[in-house]
Amino acid sequence: MSQATLAIKKISGHPGPAPGADVERDYQVAKLIDTTTCIGCKACEVACLEWNGYTFTETTFDNSYQTMPSTAWNYWNLIKFNEHEREDGTLQLLMRKDQCMHCADPGCLMACPADGAIVQYTNGIVDFQQQNCIGCGYCVSGCPFDIPKFNPTTKKMFKCTLCSDRVSQGLEPACIKSCPTGCLHFGSKEDMTYLAESRAKQLRENFGFEKAGVYDPAGVGGTGVIYVLHDVTDPEAYGGLPKDPHIPWVVRFWKGPAKWIGNLAMLFGVLGVTLHYFRYGPKEIHPPKNGDGGKP
Amino acid sequence: MSTRVISSPRTTGEPGERILRYSLAERIHHWVGFLFYFYCLITGLAFWSPYMYWLAALVGGGPTARFWHPWFGVAFTISMFWMYAMWDRDMRITDADRRWKAAIKSYIENDDQNLPPEGRFNYGQKLFFWVMFYGIILLLISGIGLWFVEGIPSSLRWLRYLSVTVHVIAALATIGAFIIHVYMGTAMVRGGFTSIIRGEVSTAWAKTHHRLWYEQVTRRQSAGR
Repeated sequence: MSQATLAIKKISGHPGPAPGADVERDYQVAKLIDTTTCIGCKACEVACLEWNGYTFTETTFDNSYQTMPSTAWNYWNLIKFNEHEREDGTLQLLMRKDQCMHCADPGCLMACPADGAIVQYTNGIVDFQQQNCIGCGYCVSGCPFDIPKFNPTTKKMFKCTLCSDRVSQGLEPACIKSCPTGCLHFGSKEDMTYLAESRAKQLRENFGFEKAGVYDPAGVGGTGVIYVLHDVTDPEAYGGLPKDPHIPWVVRFWKGPAKWIGNLAMLFGVLGVTLHYFRYGPKEIHPPKNGDGGKP
Repeated sequence: MSTRVISSPRTTGEPGERILRYSLAERIHHWVGFLFYFYCLITGLAFWSPYMYWLAALVGGGPTARFWHPWFGVAFTISMFWMYAMWDRDMRITDADRRWKAAIKSYIENDDQNLPPEGRFNYGQKLFFWVMFYGIILLLISGIGLWFVEGIPSSLRWLRYLSVTVHVIAALATIGAFIIHVYMGTAMVRGGFTSIIRGEVSTAWAKTHHRLWYEQVTRRQSAGR
């Protein structure tokens, strides 16, 4: 029995209602990333490595401030730097913290064939359970954000856990803890959405970012990581954030109707030959006719 | 292939001579191919449906199955090409096949007296061979995309989707063919299963199911006598 079910609803002989009896808890958690106040310091990258026990390894330099081209199995949190040319020809340096989006409708989970290798908690966190992972990489095909990464040594998939270990103990994720500008926030999905919307409104009304808005894509049922973007109409500019992410229809079809069509086809195949046997039985050898060489 | 007619002390109640239908090499290749295909089949079914995931436990669990499935697939491809080298000429569709195909209803209904005579393999056997042959080529090519998922950059992600689609369709096609093949080889055509193990069939069996082949073999044999 979880602690939540032991919250007090009614109290005998008590003046007034039980304290907190009319309060409902919002279990959905979310991380808010305000790209407009990110300074690209990468403290979150370091905090992520430290908390999750990975060492800093050699990186690739590709003429930008970005640590490496994309996240890796042992590098779950990466700030993507993008020089974006505005319509008036001026440059804007966009910085976006890239990590697992913790979709409400996770494509990785749908694509995964291994029992229990990917779970989604009630609080919305999507977590890989490496002890059940078979390393097939189907999750890569299911993910619209290109997040799951393969460890070739252990042959297991890895990605950001939204610090499910910390969150379960009432702590915020390590990246949030380390952010010096307050561009990262963590809390209930409802609170984070409210905060994000008010920041976007502020950006639109007071800072001249007329297209500022919140990135919480409906195509994957909303995400457990939401962004405030200067220009929500062009998320692609932020290092390939998809405009309308959704689980690929091939994956949906493969894991949905195709499964049942295929299973029924195989079942009918086995039933078909069985019924054929019941109806017609084995083939008879023609009786030999007067040694005529087999002409019937 | 060997076409010698041999007298065998082993009988299955059929009188008369027994004919060598499959050489030792052919039988070994058939069963090596079976081994590789069957491994891919059960591990593939495990990855296909959560209700068949337990099949992976039979061969050492999910991660082990995932590791070996592609290698056994490569092995089966090699085995298949070996069979192709052996049987390519025997498996070409002939006019006799076309006549037989037109009367296939009689074959299904065990009305074999009304069937036109067939050569060493009938049209159905040839069809099975070509489904497996082209099936494994598609499975191997699409399988490479599934084997090295991260080898496909995300800008070419449509290749991943294509791989999955082709792999599933080709696998289901070979499974359908496999079900019919096993049924016919064991239950429907008696003597077939023994022939792929010990190599021999009775003359009556050969006359009934593959008369053109029987005539060819015995003619050649008597000419050489």
